[in-house]
Amino acid sequence: MADPVTFTVNGKSLQAPAGTLVIDACKRAGIEIPAFCYYEGLALQAACRMCLVEVEKAPKLLASCTLPVAEGMVVQTESPVVVQARKAMLEFLLTNHPLDCPVCDKGGECELQDMSFRYGAGESRFTEMKQHVDEKQWSPVVYFDAPRCILCYRCVRICDEGLGVKALGVTNRGVYSEITPNKGDHLDCDECGACIDICPVGALTSGIYRYQTRPWEMEHIGAICSHCGDGCKTTLGVKNDEILRGNNRDRSGINGEFLCIKGRYAFDFVSHAERLQSPMIRVDGKLEEVSWSKALAFVAQRFGEIKAAGGRFGVIGGERSTNEENYYLQKFARVGLGTPHIDHRRSGDVPALLDALHGRQGALATVDDLYNAKGVLIIGADLAQQHPLLAFQTRADSRHHQAKVFTVTEGPVREDKVAAKKLRAGPAGQLAVVKTLGEDLKAAGELVVLFGDSIQGAAVGELVSFIDSLGVPAKYICLVDYSNSRGTCDMGLLPHLGPGYQAAAQTGMGQAEMLADPALDALWVVGANPLAGAALASQQAFVVVQDMFLTETAQRADVVLPSASAYEKTGTVTNTCGQVQRLRKAISVMGVKADLDIFGLLARGMRLDLGRAVPDQVFEEIRASVHGYNVPLPVIATGGAAMTDPVHGRIPVAGQAQVIQSARDTLFTSGSLTRYSKTLNLVLEAPGELYKP
Amino acid sequence: MYPSLLHETPHPDEQIVLGKRFRLPDSRRIDTYLASEGYQGFLKAAQMTPEQIIDEVKASNLRGRGGAGFPTGLKWSFVPRQSPKPKYIVVNGDESEPGTCKDRVLIQYDPHQLIEGILIAGRSVDAHRGWIYIRGEYRYLIDIMDEAIAEAYARGWLGKNIQGTGFDFELSTHTGAGAYECGEESALLESLEGKRGVPRIRPPFPAVSGAFQCPTILNNVETFAAVPSILRMGGQAWAALGIPKAGGTKLTCLTGHVNRMGVYELALGYPVRKMIEDIGGGIRGGKKLKAMIPGGSSCPILTGEEAWELNMDYDSMAKAKTMLGSGGVVLMDEDTDMVKAALRIIRFYQHESCGWCIPCREGTMWLKKLLTRLDEGVGTVKDIDLVGDLADNMLGRTFCPLGDAAAMPTMSIVRKFRHEFEAKLGRKTVSMAGLSQLVSITG
Amino acid sequence: MTFSPELEKRFAEMAAKYPEGRQKACLIPMLMYAQDEVGHMTEELKEEVAKRLNISVLEVNEVVGYYTMMRKKRMGKTHLQICTNISCLLWDGDQLWERACQKLGIGHNEVTADGKISLEEVECIGACSWAPAIQVNYDFQHHVTPEQLDKLIDDLRNA
Ligand SMILES: Cc1cc2nc3c(=O)[nH]c(=O)nc-3n(C[C@H](O)[C@H](O)[C@H](O)COP(=O)(O)O)c2cc1C
Ligand code: SF4
Ligand code: SF4
Ligand code: SF4
Ligand code: FES
Ligand code: FES
Repeated sequence: MADPVTFTVNGKSLQAPAGTLVIDACKRAGIEIPAFCYYEGLALQAACRMCLVEVEKAPKLLASCTLPVAEGMVVQTESPVVVQARKAMLEFLLTNHPLDCPVCDKGGECELQDMSFRYGAGESRFTEMKQHVDEKQWSPVVYFDAPRCILCYRCVRICDEGLGVKALGVTNRGVYSEITPNKGDHLDCDECGACIDICPVGALTSGIYRYQTRPWEMEHIGAICSHCGDGCKTTLGVKNDEILRGNNRDRSGINGEFLCIKGRYAFDFVSHAERLQSPMIRVDGKLEEVSWSKALAFVAQRFGEIKAAGGRFGVIGGERSTNEENYYLQKFARVGLGTPHIDHRRSGDVPALLDALHGRQGALATVDDLYNAKGVLIIGADLAQQHPLLAFQTRADSRHHQAKVFTVTEGPVREDKVAAKKLRAGPAGQLAVVKTLGEDLKAAGELVVLFGDSIQGAAVGELVSFIDSLGVPAKYICLVDYSNSRGTCDMGLLPHLGPGYQAAAQTGMGQAEMLADPALDALWVVGANPLAGAALASQQAFVVVQDMFLTETAQRADVVLPSASAYEKTGTVTNTCGQVQRLRKAISVMGVKADLDIFGLLARGMRLDLGRAVPDQVFEEIRASVHGYNVPLPVIATGGAAMTDPVHGRIPVAGQAQVIQSARDTLFTSGSLTRYSKTLNLVLEAPGELYKP
Repeated sequence: MYPSLLHETPHPDEQIVLGKRFRLPDSRRIDTYLASEGYQGFLKAAQMTPEQIIDEVKASNLRGRGGAGFPTGLKWSFVPRQSPKPKYIVVNGDESEPGTCKDRVLIQYDPHQLIEGILIAGRSVDAHRGWIYIRGEYRYLIDIMDEAIAEAYARGWLGKNIQGTGFDFELSTHTGAGAYECGEESALLESLEGKRGVPRIRPPFPAVSGAFQCPTILNNVETFAAVPSILRMGGQAWAALGIPKAGGTKLTCLTGHVNRMGVYELALGYPVRKMIEDIGGGIRGGKKLKAMIPGGSSCPILTGEEAWELNMDYDSMAKAKTMLGSGGVVLMDEDTDMVKAALRIIRFYQHESCGWCIPCREGTMWLKKLLTRLDEGVGTVKDIDLVGDLADNMLGRTFCPLGDAAAMPTMSIVRKFRHEFEAKLGRKTVSMAGLSQLVSITG
Repeated sequence: MTFSPELEKRFAEMAAKYPEGRQKACLIPMLMYAQDEVGHMTEELKEEVAKRLNISVLEVNEVVGYYTMMRKKRMGKTHLQICTNISCLLWDGDQLWERACQKLGIGHNEVTADGKISLEEVECIGACSWAPAIQVNYDFQHHVTPEQLDKLIDDLRNA
């Protein structure tokens, strides 16, 4: 850290490390300097001139956003001339601004409105005509209203520096300068909406949210995105049990600035027309709607009969269900139904990694660790497509900390742009290629290693011992697909491992074996769609499916129970790094029940004593019994992310027949959920190159 | 083949140094140049250490001729010569400040003098590559420069091991594309790199991080063109041509209402009165001088009376709260409509504002709209006050000096010639529709 | 897209004039010299230049929109540029401008119906000491009188 310097602001003596910008130093000392173009973490612009301050001995006002503090510097941030300059700047700014706040989406959350209120002159002396330019639609989700734009260039920078896309630029000159999209009249980009979020005014607006409501009429609920495994917090704007928007204005999640299209817009599946809102029972070969009580009683009865007859149950859990649900489900299966056949669709070899790291502490990387690492090794994953947040962190790490990034992938990936070395190899050859990077990795001095499904089984151990041999500190992230893929593993939805990776009393069949077993008597699928690409061999199996939609699997069911989405229930999920976060119920949907409630009712129907099926209580049990989950409750209760510490002793991993394969989703897909998101489909169908990754 | 830019003979009062070959036949050719002490300054510099060269330039008191008047030797000494990065030389030939047309003469008549100046600068900071950035409208000058560069390569005055001195230098031209702002040094560097001409945050200054983020000497055409004579004559002798603190001669462009317009080489400190009466042959039609802009349209304006007593040098102009600027003298006679002049000047800056920062982007447009109305006779007294206020609100607060360049002439005209603005008030009524049309035409 | 052999040669030499990896520096010269052949900044030209420099069309558009001399649409065979800036204004450059507009029946950045002539009111072109000045394509004409302007326009029309 640089040596601290002492300087004076408004008569107060302050200290800050040399090189700190005056605007930041002041902010830390509680002295606010207004700014439009300055944005922490993005390139400096000095364009808006809102942050001008008076500095002793300087002949004119200086922009505090580009001025480093210096020893003995004397700064005034509220002197009459500074106050007057701000007023003047706002007056200039408003000359071309339409001031249509009453119909502007940003009304109520607009930085220009706030600043005019706090620092403005109240009345404008501008009486000339304003230039009018029509609003443009750039993409399914992005609209641009040029006259509202104050040219702060935040959108241009977040797209280029933050997303690595560079789909926005500036064209024309002077007052005619205008933000322009990469395809002339439309955007071809990630459609993440970061530009909309970062826009201080209503120049960029969201096609999903526009003209729906006013910000103050919504309730804002911090939820966890239910798509990929990165675990972004998305603040849902809710009105009348309807989610109107997702964003992250308060930046309190592990994702800070970031959300991808799915976190910001793809909550819309919850209100898809095909959403199931009534239980169904197969009658004469056709699924017919019945009441909950009838459906539950029927399942309890059939399960009871099959159990009594010593029948064979197969249970498949979901990667988006909560930890509480998964924990309860495996308990239900193992204790309640007495079956060892339990599994879920696996996308990364977490047990192998935890085994390889046995006995270590802090060997798993958090999202934050990735941002701070001196070196990043990415093996076999297209992060920008499959793990957008981790890709964002990698770019930020490279930009802010000059991290050395290495990509070892099958094809070109976006991270190549910031990579010190990019190497190509098929999945089978990637480990060998990694081993050629020894000197480079050593030179990086510190590593976060991310790997996908190309490294599994024995290869995981091999990778870890190779990295060990370099003698540099390293942390790992085993990449898994969905919002709780990791938690599903941790909760023991595995045929050979129970919660916390304890060896199961009896090893059961894996998912593929269950589906292929002609003797299976019952199949219970919760929030998964295993029959999307596979057939069920057993003709006689009684199939119960809990889902939001009539998926391929649900279509084969004897009983379909409509379940709640992640936005309609409470509970916790664990991201691909192992960080637990709490879901908050944002809306209620008629006719559906949370999976945990369904389990509780079934347990009661079957007279099983599995403990109360209440999220908080189940989580207490998880904290007490699942290794690594004894996380501080207040952190989670207040919307924070707590890192689990599941690394422990050896884990029996060998000798297991296992299928581990990532779904290789793109930015615009999310497994079976894709087809139920209007936004994702709009984007997938829109013309463009990046649209179809 | 190219239009002549010179009077047949120089004025006897001119102090001809940079222009000594201008009237020679084939003055552009390298043979003419070599036959007239050409490249001697470089050969001398090749025998000197970098420090010695810079000391010589410092001794000459040469100040930048692009407008800001920064001491050239001092600027060169800021280049970190030990830096492992390559060093570059960039010539500012953007010449776009209204009233200024001297770099054109220097290139059209003596391109090798510029090349030699560049070589000497290169030698002084261990630079081996340079670009001459010339405004796009000057295409024929780019062609002339390209030809001269080709000649210099062919005759061993550019390229590897120049004339056996062991010094290498590569040089080429680079065209602009119509943007006054690209005369501002950091915007020029952006433009050179293939980007929009938006200025950079400074520091770092070009001497430390310039072209392609490498240490760079960036000077005006005339500044480089002066360097060969400085090396040849010696810094002190060159300094003695001018006045203390401002050495040498300055190419001065007489424009506007004067009988003998033209580009003249005058010793620094030459009296304004003599410049107008003797060199310029007096104000056109025997009229009185109402106003003078001393060095390009961005300088605060002087009334005729103020101007008459001054000398053409940095300090004299600074005392009168204006600037020597680029050497573009604009003379306005007693009949000049100062409101129209103010409007025309602000229209230029509005057109050329790069748009990066709020006060300049919005301020120049607002001023243009106000002045358009005042000129049309549909303004009010409040509007006149507002013009001054807005200019005040821009001055010193913009990202680069273009905002100041717009504010300074505007506020000085409206303050010194307020009566003319008042006289126009309410003279005409224009409907709002007519007005908006008017504004959009000028847009 | 192909250009004349001379232009191709110029492009080939140009790349070597800038530091390795910084070939985007060629962008403005390439566009300007290509415009002389193509006439204006066509989509095809922008795409071609972007491709050759390995940059995005967005980066080209950012630049094309910025610079005055980069023509956004087709101009006349002869592009007549009349300076009305301060030094020319003092020599009635504004009247030359209005005269040209009236005579041709077109305004700023407009083209005659026959495509022969286009007009542009330009900012100072560096001919202030020879005011009023105009540029006919790249050629300068100094001390232009109304009569000379008339004759020039007539000659161009009849050409
Ligand atoms: C808006 C603006 C336009 C400028 N235009 C020119 C120009 O056309 N030519 C020039 O040499 N300097 C111009 N300058 C000055 C340059 O920024 C720079 O100071 C100069 O080129 C340095 O060279 P010198 O020290 O030799 O004068 C301009 C400055 C500003 C702020
Ligand atoms: S669109 Fe918004 S973020 Fe982008 S420059 Fe304009 S005001 Fe700033
Ligand atoms: S990166 Fe993943 S968790 Fe974050 S918003 Fe996108 S899909 Fe959701
Ligand atoms: S003052 Fe601002 S808008 Fe004007 S030219 Fe400079 S940077 Fe651009
Ligand atoms: S915040 Fe400093 S200029 Fe915009
Ligand atoms: S003002 Fe017309 S050429 Fe300079």
